[in-house]
Amino acid sequence: MSHVINRRNFLKGASALTAASTLPISMIELAFADSSQNFSFAYISDAHIQHVKGKDFVRNWDRGLIRAVAETNLLTPKPDFVMFGGDLAQLGKKEELDHGAEILSGLSGSKLRCVMGEHDYYLDLGQYWEKLFGPQYYSFDHKGVHFVVLNSILTTDEWTFKRWPTAVQRMNEMAGLDNPNGSPFMVGDKQRAWLKNDLANISKETPIVVFSHSPLQKIYKGWNFWTDDAEQVQALLQPFKKVNVIYGHVHQIQYNQIGNISFNSVMATAWPWPYPSTYAQAEQYLPKLTVEMNRADPFFERDATGWQLINVATGNVDLHYSLSNNTSRTVAFNSKTGQPEDTSYQAPEKRIPPQSHF
Amino acid sequence: MLKPAFKTLFWCISTLALLLGNTVQADEFNKDDLNRWQTQFDKVVQDGRKLWVTPLGSNGVSCAQCHPNAANTHPETYPKFQKQLGKVAPMWEMVNWCLSNPVEGKALAADSAEMTALQAYVTYERRGVKLEPGKH
Repeated sequence: MSHVINRRNFLKGASALTAASTLPISMIELAFADSSQNFSFAYISDAHIQHVKGKDFVRNWDRGLIRAVAETNLLTPKPDFVMFGGDLAQLGKKEELDHGAEILSGLSGSKLRCVMGEHDYYLDLGQYWEKLFGPQYYSFDHKGVHFVVLNSILTTDEWTFKRWPTAVQRMNEMAGLDNPNGSPFMVGDKQRAWLKNDLANISKETPIVVFSHSPLQKIYKGWNFWTDDAEQVQALLQPFKKVNVIYGHVHQIQYNQIGNISFNSVMATAWPWPYPSTYAQAEQYLPKLTVEMNRADPFFERDATGWQLINVATGNVDLHYSLSNNTSRTVAFNSKTGQPEDTSYQAPEKRIPPQSHF
Repeated sequence: MLKPAFKTLFWCISTLALLLGNTVQADEFNKDDLNRWQTQFDKVVQDGRKLWVTPLGSNGVSCAQCHPNAANTHPETYPKFQKQLGKVAPMWEMVNWCLSNPVEGKALAADSAEMTALQAYVTYERRGVKLEPGKH
C-alpha cells in the first residue's frame, strides 16, 4: 500500500483559501488491484458550537468548524463522504444544533453522516438532533467496507431519567468533563443486540469501520475517555479480520491495537484537551502505542485543533491529521507490525519536545 | 540592704517569665488551630473550583472547558518565561491572559480573593508534583 498527500501543496492551498477553488492534494493509492475500490473520507468532530445569546455564538469554536469545512471543500479528489464525529453543540440547544448544521451545510458535494455526542444528546435525548441528522445508530456499506455508527454516550436509566429535576440540569451535569456528578458512557444492551444482529450476515473477511463518540476502550474514567461496556462491544467485533474504531470526544491524538481492532481518535475543531496523564491525581491508561500530539500553545487559538482525511485503501484506516497551527501528522496501519503507527514520530528517537506532556 | 536587691531579682524573674510566656503563646498551636487553618484553605480551594466551572467572561466559556481538573496549567512551573508575553511571568498574569482572551472577560486584581481562590484550586489539583520553576 502506498498513498501520499502532497503536504507542501496542501499547505500552500490551505493558506490561500480565498484564491484557490480546489485544494491540490494528490493521492496515489496502489492497494487494491481494482483501484476504483480505494476511497477516502473526511472526518470533522467536536465543534462544540456554543450559544451566547441572541445571534451570538462563541467566536473561537465557530472559527474552528468554519475552517474545517472550508479546507475539506478544497480536497481533490473529493472524499466519498464526510463524517461528523459528535458534539456539534455545547449544551444541546436548538440554536447550537441549527447553527452547526448551517456551517456543515457549506460542505459541497460530499454526503454528510453524523455521530451522536453527549453534548448533542442530554438536553432532549437526541430528539432535535435526529430531526436534523437521522437515526442515532445505523450501518451502511461502501465499496466493500461495512460501516457502523454507534451512539456510545448513553448511560444508566436512573441517571438519565430519575436523577435530575430538569433536562437543562441533566445537560449541564454531563457537559462538564471533570464533573463528578456525570456518569460513565455505555452503548447499552439494546444497541449491542442490534450490533450483533447487524454483523450476523457480514463476512469475517469484510473490513469493518465503527464510528463512536467515546473511545470503545477504557482510558480514563474521570473524564469519560471510557465506555463502560467496551469489552462487550469489542467481543462482537473481534471475530472480524480487519476492524477499525474511530472515535471523537477526547480532543487529542490517541491510537491503539487490541487483537484485530485498531483504535484511532480524531481531533476537535473547537479546543484541545490535556492528556489524562497530566492530571496528577488520575490513574489512567493511555495506550503505550500513542505518540501524543504537540502540547497546545494557547496563544494560537487554533493550535492543537484540526480535522482528518481518512484513507481506507487496504481495509485498515490511515488517518491524516490536518492541524491548523502545527505540522500535520499521519497515523497509518503498519501491515508488518499489525498496528497503527505514526509515520514520522513512532520511534522514540524521532519524537520532539512538544510531544512530552506533564 | 538586701531588700532592694530582692526587689530587683523578683522584677527580673517576673519579666523573664512574662517574656517566656509570650514566646510560648506565639509558638504553640494545637489541633484546633491546625483544623482551622486547613478549613480556611479548603474553603478557598472550593471557592476556586466554583469559579473554575463558572463562566468568568462574556462568552459563557469556563476555565474547566479547556482545563478539566486544572490539568495543563502547570502551577509548579511558574514563574516562567512566556514567549508571547516577552518576559518571565508569575501564574496570575497567565490566568489574566486566559480571562482576557479565550473567555473574553476582564482581568482580576492580582491580590483579589478570586485570583487567590483560582490559584489555590489549580495548585491543590497539582499537589504532590515537585516544583520546577521555569520549565516549559
